[in-house]
This record gives sequence, structure tokens and C-alpha cells, in this order.
Amino acid sequence: MSLEALYQDIIIDHYKNPRGRGLLEFPLGTAFHVNPTCGDEVNLQVAAAADGGLLIGYEGTGCSISQASASVLYELVQGRQVTEAENIRRAFVELMHSQGHGEPDEAVLGDGIAFVGVAKYPARIKCALLPWMAFQDAEIKGGLMLETNSDGE
Amino acid sequence: MTGIDVARIRADFPILKRTVRDGKPLIYLDSAATSQKPVEVLDAERTFYETSNAAAHRGAHQLAEEATAAYEASRARVGGFVGVEAENIIFTKNASESLNLAAYAFSNATALARWGTPVDPRFELNPGNSVVVTEMEHHANLIPWQEVCAKTGASLRWLPLTDSGRLDLADLDDLIDTSTKVVSVVHQSNILGTINPVAEIMARAHAVGAVGVVDACQSIPHMPVDVRALGADLVAWGGHKMLGPTGIGLLYGTSEILQAMPPFLTGGSMIATVEMERSTYAAAPQKFEAGVPMVAQAVGLGAAVAYLEKLGMAEVAAHEQELTAYSLMALSGIPGVRIIGPTETVDRGSAISFVVEGIHPHDVGQVLDNMGIAVRVGHHCAWPTCRRFGVPATTRISPYIYNDQRDIDALVEAIAHAQHFFKVAS
Repeated sequence: MSLEALYQDIIIDHYKNPRGRGLLEFPLGTAFHVNPTCGDEVNLQVAAAADGGLLIGYEGTGCSISQASASVLYELVQGRQVTEAENIRRAFVELMHSQGHGEPDEAVLGDGIAFVGVAKYPARIKCALLPWMAFQDAEIKGGLMLETNSDGE
Repeated sequence: MTGIDVARIRADFPILKRTVRDGKPLIYLDSAATSQKPVEVLDAERTFYETSNAAAHRGAHQLAEEATAAYEASRARVGGFVGVEAENIIFTKNASESLNLAAYAFSNATALARWGTPVDPRFELNPGNSVVVTEMEHHANLIPWQEVCAKTGASLRWLPLTDSGRLDLADLDDLIDTSTKVVSVVHQSNILGTINPVAEIMARAHAVGAVGVVDACQSIPHMPVDVRALGADLVAWGGHKMLGPTGIGLLYGTSEILQAMPPFLTGGSMIATVEMERSTYAAAPQKFEAGVPMVAQAVGLGAAVAYLEKLGMAEVAAHEQELTAYSLMALSGIPGVRIIGPTETVDRGSAISFVVEGIHPHDVGQVLDNMGIAVRVGHHCAWPTCRRFGVPATTRISPYIYNDQRDIDALVEAIAHAQHFFKVAS
């Protein structure tokens, strides 16, 4: 597979120009996740706006895949209802487990479809999933989601 | 030029003939993680299974005798390789187990002493005692000691590093003092490449009555090492980084210390007498080798030692010095590349860590992998060392006997490609 197929321009763009990066003033739930094999870090926060829409804050250090994934997560989930966000999260997790054969729905995953090539590299799937795992954890810690609803990812 | 003929050596390593990532020739620069294996090692293991396989140190049939003889011959061969007797060599699963064996001597002795079993007081740790390591330890020589301290109340101290990646020994005599019961330090850093003056540190350890341990994982495969000259009581290393199979590690101990240490893993093979309530233990090395041993791996390791002896460790070291000098020069010449660790070849091995400005090591590694170059990226099981140098991770090359300057040239080209691909100034 070519490097261009793994590192699609969308990924590089989110890496170099992260959307919505920064922490929340009043987070409901915060989760700090690391990838212990490489040391990549994401600190992800959730809160709920008056209309129930999610507010996302994040910071992190790590490779282009992990940090771009956090930026895409922000873009996809910010302002969404918890149930909508959960559908997006599940779609992204499913894409990462597709071994590169996934046919992602751009209507659901937006820029997240650019990660399809990542699923072919077992060592990099963890990078892409890091912020999404932290997101789920932050929702649980913030009481926005019950632990029993989690799919164990 | 050294006496190492890389082209000829490469012919002995079947894996180096394969291609990776859509037909790219494999350039393997990750030998500090694990070395590749020459066909002699593979053949030795296979021949053992085909002709003499049996459980060593059990049974009296001919195969059991041959398996025992093969296992013990390997022990003698490994001992000879580092200048000691066979009885001073313990086979373990890997170097991590060797270091845990050393660490558990302390927590086990402390627990035994609490319930009245007489132990050698050197191994008994109490609050007020200290354990000393360095800030450049592999996790395998850090976490076992953290655990020992947590179990005994002893405190952990470490020798700090200079900005150039050397040990800062200015406070050696204060850090290793009369409270210190054990000093465990790395001979050659797996992440920085630094070769440490372990004899000096061991001398200080012994001056205060502490037990001295050395992690020699990255030195013994790469240079002539007379383990007695290190001045340590215990020296740990692994087989798979020196052309041997995975699943076999080593621990050298002085006869005196091995006798004084309580056992680590217990069970079959390691006993003298057994009754329902209590047992007595065999003399070392058997005392530390519970269970059916890894005979095939020991045989393979013996073949690996024979291979290295045939090359000559002085020649191996000279080859690596030459390649290290070339690599340091080549990497230093790339704008945006910063070497983490010593930048000159003095007291330095071939493992070189670096960061490329603007590109995370994972991404550097991915581009290199795409071009057939296998390197290690991440914290290299030396996370505190990365923190010390303010980097989350590094890219590391670790050449060995089958690498030459062309591999480094390919690396340099690949780094430039990564800089171009990620559009960072170079």
C-alpha cells in the first residue's frame, strides 16, 4: 500500500491544523489515555450544552494518526446528542476493525473515512482509536453514558 | 575496513533474503530489539529435536543423557564466551526474568526473615534502606526494583543523566551510601547507546557492602565482555539479541552470591530433598532452574555463541564502531535531525536514537517501513529516559554484524523522503 493511501491529505491536514483543540472550562468527564507501546497521549473532556449537545475538549501529543483522529472526533461529535455520537463512534471503531476492507459512509463519518487505510496496519489502529477510547471513557466518567452500554473496545 | 565480511555474513541469515511491503528488500536495523538468526542456529535447534530431544536432568535413557549433555555443554560454552565457569551461568526465560530473579532475592529474603527463616542479611531490605539504579534503565531493570521497594519499604534512588546522555556521577558517593543494599545499572543503554563505567559504580557499591547487578543485554552481543571485569555480583542478559533463539536468557553470578541468594521460581529440578512440610534446595545453577529447561533454545544459543566466536568479538566491536561513526556522521548531517544520546563514538554502542523535527517517530517509522527499513519507534521500554530528554518517543536504529554503510545510506534517503512527505523543512 502506498504512503499516500495511509496518510491521506485529510489526515495530514487535521494533524497540522487540529480543529477545536483545547480543554473545557467545566468538563463533566475527563479521560487521559496513553498508548503504552509508544507513549502517545490524549486527554479528552466532555460536557453537555443546554440543548444536550456534546461539548468536546482535548489535548494530546503523539503521531499524526492519533492526533488527527482526535481532531476528526471533535469535528464529528461536537454539538451532537449522545446517542448520535455513539453511532458515529461505533462506525469509526468498526472501520478500524475492517482490516482495510471497510466501505465507510461519509454521511456518518465525514473526514473519518480518510482513516480507512489505517485499518491495514495493526500497529497503527491503536493510534487511531486512542481518542475514541478516551471519548467513551470520558462519557462514562461524566455520567453521560452507562458503562454497560460500552462495547468493551 | 574490519575483518567482518558483511556480504558473507548476510548469506548465513535466510530472513535477510526476503522482501517486505510490496517487494522492497529488507533492511533490518532493529537488532537491539532482537537480532536475526544465522542458519547455524536454526540447524542446531532442528537437529536437536530430530536426534536428541528429551527432558534434560531427568531420566536415565540415552536421549535424556544426550539432552542433558547438550544443555550443559551450552552452559559451558556461554560461560566460556564471557570468561566464567559453567556453574556460574543460570539459564532463564529472558533477561527480564534474570533481573527479576535478582530482584526477588531481596523481596523473598525480606519476607522469609519476617517469619524467622535465617537469611543472608545483605538481601534483607527495610525502610531506611535504598536501592540504586540509573535514569537510563530499560523498564526490565527499573520496575522489578520499584516492586521490591514497594514490598519492603526501601526507597529507590537513581543516578541522573547529563544532557549529552552520559551518567552524571558527581553525586555517586552520596547516592550510593551505607543505606544502599543493591545497585543495579545498565552496561550499555538500549535507547541512548551510552556505555557506562559499570566497574567504577560496582566498586562503590561494594565499598558500602551493597550487592551489584549489571544489565548487559546490549553490551555482550556487541563487544568482548569479561563479566568478571565488570565487578558485579550478578550480570543479566538475553540470548535472542546475540543471534540466539527467543526464550532463553542468562544470569551470571559469583559462586558466593548464588549460594547466598534464596531461590526465585521453585518446583521440580531445583531441589535437594523434599518432604511434605519443607524442602532443601540444590546448589546453583540448578537452584535457580525450576521445571523442565529450554534445552533446544540452549542448544541454539550455543550455536550462536560459536558463530560469534568464529567472527571474533573484537572484530564485531570494530565493525560496529566503524558503522556507528558513519551513522552518527550521516544522521548529524541531516537538517532537522537531533540525536538523543552521545554524538561521538567514545564509550558508545551502535544503537542510535534520534528525532526528526516536525515528524512524530511513529510516522518516521512508517515511512521507513514503507521503504523496507525496519527500525524501532516509541519509548524503547525506557520511558523515564525519554522524559529526561523531553521527547515522547524516538526513532532508533541498531545495526549489527549483517549491516553496512549502504543500509545507513538507505536510511538517510528514507528520512529525507519522510521530511518531504510530511512537508517539513529539511
